[in-house]
Amino acid sequence: MTEDNVVPPIVEMTGITIRFPGVLALDRVDFTLRPGEVHSLMGENGAGKSTLIKALTGVYAIDAGSIVVAGERKTFSTAADAQAAGISTVYQEVNLCTNLTVGENVMLGHEKRRGNAIDWKSTHRAATEHMEGLGLTIDPRSMLSSHSIAIQQLVAISRAMVLDAKVLILDEPTSSLDRGEVEQLFGVIRGLRDKGVAILFVSHFLDQVYEISDRITVLRNGALVGEYPIAELPRDALVTKMIGHELEDLAAIASSSHRVIDRSGTPVVRAEALGKRGVLEPADLDVYEGEVVGIAGLLGSGRTELVRLLYGADRPDSGTIEVHGEHAKVHQPRHAIEKRISFSSENRREEGVVADLTVAENIVLGMQARLGWLRKVPKKDQDAVVQEYIEALGVRPANPNALVGNLSGGNQQKVLLARWLATAPELLVLDEPTRGIDVGAKADIQRKVAELSAQGLSVIFISSELEEVLRLAQRVVVLRDRRKIGELDSSSTDLDGLIDYIANAGEGSAA
Amino acid sequence: MNAIMKSRLVWPASALILLILVNTIARPQFIKITVRDGELYGALIDILRNSAPLMLVALGMTIVIATRGIDLSVGAIMAVSGAVALTIIDGSGDPGNLATVLIAVVVALLVSLVLGAWNGLLVSVFGIQPIIATLVLMLAGRGVALLITGGFITTVNSEPFSFIATGYLVALPFAFLISIAAIVAISVIERRTALGVLTEAVGINPEASRLAGVRSRGIIWSAYAVSGVLAGLAGVVYASNIRAADANAAGLFIELYAILAVVLGGTSLNGGKFSLAGTVIGVLIIQTLESTILFLGVPSAQSPVFFAIVVVVVVVAQSSRLRSDLTKLFRRTGAAPAPAQDREKAEVAS
Repeated sequence: MTEDNVVPPIVEMTGITIRFPGVLALDRVDFTLRPGEVHSLMGENGAGKSTLIKALTGVYAIDAGSIVVAGERKTFSTAADAQAAGISTVYQEVNLCTNLTVGENVMLGHEKRRGNAIDWKSTHRAATEHMEGLGLTIDPRSMLSSHSIAIQQLVAISRAMVLDAKVLILDEPTSSLDRGEVEQLFGVIRGLRDKGVAILFVSHFLDQVYEISDRITVLRNGALVGEYPIAELPRDALVTKMIGHELEDLAAIASSSHRVIDRSGTPVVRAEALGKRGVLEPADLDVYEGEVVGIAGLLGSGRTELVRLLYGADRPDSGTIEVHGEHAKVHQPRHAIEKRISFSSENRREEGVVADLTVAENIVLGMQARLGWLRKVPKKDQDAVVQEYIEALGVRPANPNALVGNLSGGNQQKVLLARWLATAPELLVLDEPTRGIDVGAKADIQRKVAELSAQGLSVIFISSELEEVLRLAQRVVVLRDRRKIGELDSSSTDLDGLIDYIANAGEGSAA
Repeated sequence: MNAIMKSRLVWPASALILLILVNTIARPQFIKITVRDGELYGALIDILRNSAPLMLVALGMTIVIATRGIDLSVGAIMAVSGAVALTIIDGSGDPGNLATVLIAVVVALLVSLVLGAWNGLLVSVFGIQPIIATLVLMLAGRGVALLITGGFITTVNSEPFSFIATGYLVALPFAFLISIAAIVAISVIERRTALGVLTEAVGINPEASRLAGVRSRGIIWSAYAVSGVLAGLAGVVYASNIRAADANAAGLFIELYAILAVVLGGTSLNGGKFSLAGTVIGVLIIQTLESTILFLGVPSAQSPVFFAIVVVVVVVAQSSRLRSDLTKLFRRTGAAPAPAQDREKAEVAS
């Protein structure tokens, strides 16, 4: 590396534009990366971070603009081109061969040879050297799959070093790491930075971004907002730049949710002793008009199972369901929909959106399924409904003909919400509606839930983020080990109380 | 949306036009249509007439493929349907009677409906993989047909029955009119109602569709039933053309040609989005190709090779991978950038 005062950038992207059918994914975005810096790319889901990275790594062809790497103009048509130019990527899901050994993975394609044969001894020695350079001391002959994700990520970085990477892209590297592992990774990142490697870092965790970054580039809706040294951009300013307006005051949502629910009459939906052998012990659940019932519990505690039984997605082997006091037969999702119960699955991609259909077709699907195939929703009504919900929920891009598969997670979630709201439900069951989506979309969805419940819609809200549950729900049902252990009034408990309750079977609820 | 559909049909349509051009240049009378006794004749008219059985089968196949399925039994259903129709006509005292023929055709179609429904039952209710479920009938169906005809090739001499494949109505071959009627009927059923989009939803993501309240079982079932009826109609047209029920030859390999026609038309075997117009073009390509082989005098032993070459060219030209590579190539050479309209799943998510 040169020791000039002004380090010339290693990567200079100017005017990058990428179009997908119906979506302008990147609109004349500039981005520069200098040797020896950690540069964070920030933006909401759908802002264009992944697209920009994929343009830099040769996965997507650019429609306009130029990419200059180390002073040379480049056109990448494959990922291999980008790698040859010294750009390596470590993805969220590690893309190594888990069925090979650590050493084989690190040295893949660069094995030491003796004649035509591979010299495994020196190959493994070289792998060890590369890994020790990152402070990683593991046996190169061990299977990659025997190591944790954190170690696998470090192995992936070692591999990037074998490729002599000058630019290292880390896309959400910390999402499945614990605190100690993050520290180890950051140590490695700092080491590489000091050696002059340029590091592009993407993370949803603001704390980590502020801990490791030297500079931040913010994108919004496919366009560049700006590039800032870390010291000149306080957190609230960053969030404002990311979402384009002041973050919705979540406290306002909370205060509007904390109403007193009249539970004297008949509940909208009541389930009694609903259960399935091996899945969920029989549990009771009732929801009143305008009430938000939160369901809390650890992953695998039976939260999702309970609502799937209620919705008829799975067949219960015990229990009854009453809707407005009348016995209801719910053996199939469509039976539930007929009773005006809607369910949005936690598994957005596999069980939610129909990726190859358009936004409009996805929104109308629920209504159409309810009417049956013969009575097609008239085009005029379709357009009106679609337009209404795209505006009400702020779906981006606001193009009804974009394929849903091309949308970001947060926007897919909004499309799903629109699908269910369009069926005019009386009970809306939302399973992890805010998982994996950005701050802005999270706030949008919570605001919408609070608003609708104030208008009389009953909601069952499941989230791993207990703050959200407490913010929105008037009553929280707690499950543990596939059993309902109790209910809490959310006005009489706080976060610690709820966590304590989840952990201690109700013995130590909010004292 | 419209633009995407258009671009998907560009390749098959140009292949069809190219084929017609090649034929016309090789022998100019190919394009010629003559009027005799108020009826149209010519090579192109023959193609339209002869394509009827494949057209019917391929339309049904399109719907089945859209549900992520496949129907291998269509050829066997053709054989059964022809056998049923001819046995009834043959057994009646008066083969030339229009009523007899009508009854025979209706019964043949009902039997085909039952066979299609059987396929649908296996796939949608019992959850058997479509390729296996329809393989059952593909193998057993011809045996059933032989059973019906008593092991013989039943032949009949029936004026009204022959009319189906060889007759003319308002200057056009009746068989072609049957094709048109089927195309219109299926298009209306799929696109004027919500059946088409629900079928696509089920084909793309069955679980999401079920959770959205779509009656996916009924939709899948109906697809196989429709395919059965259309195959039955194709069997009637085929039998009418040769005035015989040949349980072994009727609809032989037609399932493969039908699948080919669907794919040529741009519908993915992965299910989901389907294009009936594409399938129509696909069928016409196959039929024109067969005429071309005859026209150009390709020795019959080599004709499958010729056929295969053309098909490979069309299918490769359609591949989104090739198109995006070509797009990149154009950009590099500075030519006008073609809009990226390949349906590769481009993820914008961060």
